[in-house]
Amino acid sequence: MARPPSRRPGHNRKAQYSLFASYVVAITGAAIGLLLVIVAIFDPAGFAGIRAVTAEVTRPVSAGLKNMVSGVSSVDEVLAAYWRAGSQNVALRRQVEADRNRIIEAKAVAQENARLKKLLKLVDEDASQLLTARLISSSSSSARRFARLNAGRWQGVLPGMPVRATEGLIGRVHSTTPNTSDVLLLTDTGSIVPVRRASDNIPAISTGAGDGSLEIRALSAGRNPFKPGDLLVTSGIGGIYQPNIPVAVIVRVQGEIAWGFPLANPSRVDAVVVERAYEQVVTRPDPAAPAPTQGDEPGNAATP
Amino acid sequence: MIDRHLYHVPRLGRNPSRFRLAGIPVITVMLGSTVTALPLIAQSPVMPPFGLLILLSWRLLRPELWRAWIGLPLGLFDDMLSGQPIGSAMFLWTVMLMGVDAIEHRMIWRSYRQDWLIAGFATIFCMAGGLFFARITGGGDVRFLLVAPQMFWTILLFPFIVRQCARIDRWRVMA
Repeated sequence: MARPPSRRPGHNRKAQYSLFASYVVAITGAAIGLLLVIVAIFDPAGFAGIRAVTAEVTRPVSAGLKNMVSGVSSVDEVLAAYWRAGSQNVALRRQVEADRNRIIEAKAVAQENARLKKLLKLVDEDASQLLTARLISSSSSSARRFARLNAGRWQGVLPGMPVRATEGLIGRVHSTTPNTSDVLLLTDTGSIVPVRRASDNIPAISTGAGDGSLEIRALSAGRNPFKPGDLLVTSGIGGIYQPNIPVAVIVRVQGEIAWGFPLANPSRVDAVVVERAYEQVVTRPDPAAPAPTQGDEPGNAATP
Repeated sequence: MIDRHLYHVPRLGRNPSRFRLAGIPVITVMLGSTVTALPLIAQSPVMPPFGLLILLSWRLLRPELWRAWIGLPLGLFDDMLSGQPIGSAMFLWTVMLMGVDAIEHRMIWRSYRQDWLIAGFATIFCMAGGLFFARITGGGDVRFLLVAPQMFWTILLFPFIVRQCARIDRWRVMA
């Protein structure tokens, strides 16, 4: 193929100027774009307000589609359950009988707990839960891992609030628009969560690897204390995440780093719960005082 | 039975509307950027950047359609949806379009394969740049290998996308 129609304007002065002007506009615009990125280095959520337009427009579409596909995504599970339904039924029934005793025991313990707390005059109302919403879309083409939540500023969601599912931690709110908010997922490379091993209290830091796994580094010096199968829960250090939210299970140990997988898969969970930041719940600031801004920088929360 | 294509035979002396001529390419690129609104919660960067692919297809298919500044508004729209920092695609797409201009200036003969090659390099440039921007704006230590598979199938997808664009283009210029 010969070269396509040339953009060279020839001797036409007007065309020459027009071409020149187009490049001036392009270069200026590119410089402005670079400037915006540089601003984002220092203030990652700074221009997120611009996103409000598209976020609000695409929200009904995403939410509608999500409602349609939420049943479809668990089809494989349903099919797998039909396979060996009979033997599974027997096993489950035995399990239920075994669990019943434990539930009764747990109820008794809970009652005793409540009684003892009353004796201690300890008020323990759980004010952490804010609302339940759905994750409707995500930054599937970007290297960052953001998911869009179907609730925003008007529903009371604020940046920094932890987001969890029943299975475990999902992430925390990064930026909000009136009706949607961007959730920084646990697996994002910029998401740092202070954790501890559930069985003993060995503290560690969990960083996302960007590909769905987590990089876990023990804070203690010496040999890597983790082994495959260890369960990690949040430690509550840093004041964002409540303690004892399940986070991950360790699958592989490699030198000083342990690799884990999150217990809650954001693409499978039906609804997520937005919680108030742990520090706010515990300290209960004076309602007149302005609410403390929860860290923009995830690293702040992690450094003990 | 009357062939339904007969209704759309090109007629002499008639031109398609200006909106169709100028608007359709812009709308297709924006639709490509909107793919991220699908209810898919990805655990790793899997989705090819369709906005970028469609922009490249139109640019290589119809060099006279746009000037390089078209990367600014379209890039901004993509940034608003992709989760990258605002300004990332604005900068990368515009620089990429200027680069394609420069290459076109030098190349005398060009065929489909050279187009694919240009598109491949442009894709690698934009995605590597996007990764760099994600890294410096709080993304932490994002490894290059993370986007390598996405890069690979984005380049493989280009022939398909350019074909679809050509199909739309045929309808676009038809009176």
